[in-house]
Amino acid sequence: MTDPFSGLRVAITGGTSGLGLALVRELISRGARVAFVARTREKVEQVARENPGAHGIVGDVSVKDDIYPIAIQITGELGGLDVLINNASDLGPTPLPMLSDTECEDLEHVFATNVFGPFRLTKALMGALAASAREGRGAVVLNVSSDAAVNAYPGWGSYGSSKAALHHMSRIWNEEHAAEGVRFLSLDPGDMDTPMHAAAIPDADPATLKRPEQSAHEFLEAIAVGMMVESHVSR
Amino acid sequence: MLAANSAVQRPTDAKLLVVDSQRNLIHVPRTAFVEFLRPNDLVIANDAATLPASLDGVHQQTGKTIEVRLAGRRSLNPMDVKSFSAIVFGEGDYHLRTEDRPQPPTLQPGDALVLGPLHATVEAQLGHPRLVSLLFDGAPDQIWAGLASHGKPIQYSHMQTSLELWDVWTRIAGPPVAFEPPSASFILDWRVLSDIREQQATFATITHAAGISSTGDEDLDHLLPFDEPYHIPAVTVQAVELTRRRGGRVIAVGTTVVRALEAAATDDGHLHPGDGVAKGKIGPATRLRVVDAILSGTHEPGTSHYELLRAFLEDSALERATSELIAHDYKTHEFGDSVLIL
Repeated sequence: MTDPFSGLRVAITGGTSGLGLALVRELISRGARVAFVARTREKVEQVARENPGAHGIVGDVSVKDDIYPIAIQITGELGGLDVLINNASDLGPTPLPMLSDTECEDLEHVFATNVFGPFRLTKALMGALAASAREGRGAVVLNVSSDAAVNAYPGWGSYGSSKAALHHMSRIWNEEHAAEGVRFLSLDPGDMDTPMHAAAIPDADPATLKRPEQSAHEFLEAIAVGMMVESHVSR
Repeated sequence: MLAANSAVQRPTDAKLLVVDSQRNLIHVPRTAFVEFLRPNDLVIANDAATLPASLDGVHQQTGKTIEVRLAGRRSLNPMDVKSFSAIVFGEGDYHLRTEDRPQPPTLQPGDALVLGPLHATVEAQLGHPRLVSLLFDGAPDQIWAGLASHGKPIQYSHMQTSLELWDVWTRIAGPPVAFEPPSASFILDWRVLSDIREQQATFATITHAAGISSTGDEDLDHLLPFDEPYHIPAVTVQAVELTRRRGGRVIAVGTTVVRALEAAATDDGHLHPGDGVAKGKIGPATRLRVVDAILSGTHEPGTSHYELLRAFLEDSALERATSELIAHDYKTHEFGDSVLIL
């Protein structure tokens, strides 16, 4: 049986570290056609070198004027899009402040990365995703969520409220685009041994944390199920 | 007709002139388009996204400022982006009508063009001093990155403000292969697609590299439209066949859809899925083999788009419709009003 990701066109934001990098690596190893986005040119070039075939795109999803340049490189280089993984996330300042101590500008920046970025990029790429669904390939948008989206953890005000907004947008998108065959997933990868987790909880014991490779693998299994369900429905 | 000069894809007061099969002329708000669909009809649109095909730069041999407008490509292959045909303009920007723009310096094979981060070489003239084939330096990903950061959508002097990609990408925009927007599809949004389903009609797409609509040069305009590569998905071919069997109509959204579908049709009306290149012009002598009806922008006599409409409607009816558009202040060009010829 061929791998369900073989030849699939997948775009990942935040693709040079943590979960995003683990997703890039597994997808490339499974024969997917991958475009990944990150802010730092040197890191993008390094990940592209280490993962031959992956298309590296320099851009910042929190910046409105970067969205269309990112979108056109994704659909230009892949010739379309089957799966979008909105993974790039901003934790906000650390150590994590209480919500009432959070500067408005910091909250806005967290929302720019975690809510408006995925909103804008998904909107710009919706045509390509819907085309994939129409052609029977299926189409999935995976928005990386968090248990902080549903649980009220003190200190996680900016991040948690932004992930709650993204989670709810995912649910509404999923309702609105079900008839087109575009499936939206909002999944919590769990507490992983990543740079972001280290920034949030510096004294956590890495041995107690999930490997990002494990979460990446679980996400791809969920996407594979989503693709099969939708390609079945759309026929 | 008045030029629509504001970049709103779906103005609330947009108008639609419907020419029904009895040649009655009916004026409705454009949002009423879906009400003219019947169960089993098939609406086909062009899902090409628009390239930032306008590139400012310098002609290295003379140091002169130029604008390059990418105008054509051999294929839709994502990695086949080193070679483009292009029209070159002298200095100035969209505030000047293309007719009034200064001529570019004389372009010779081998000349180097520096277009922001992109470097290109003139390969050859293509039958006109301003129409050339270009070869970009670098790997495909570098070319895409250069286009993304430096290119702008092709601009129009009738617009009040400069156009950004979000102004010209349709809601259904997928692969970025069009040089100018397939603007008939501005009518479509996700709500309209849902309404089409509710009418028990079907929606499908083709991808067609819609080319430049006008160059401001009479000799060049005679060469329009250039050859345009397209892709027709197998599901779209299946949808056409099903529509035929069920007695529905194939309704093309825009002239590029007609061009692609008719180019891919055999003489007996069978449609081939896959990639092809649309050549030649569609006009009054064309026998349409696939498309039954067209939803289009309004077009003025003398343009290649108007000629294409002549394949759908005899001249007397088309002239009557055009008079009606003028009498009722319909707007023309990319962001203008629409006609539906059933």
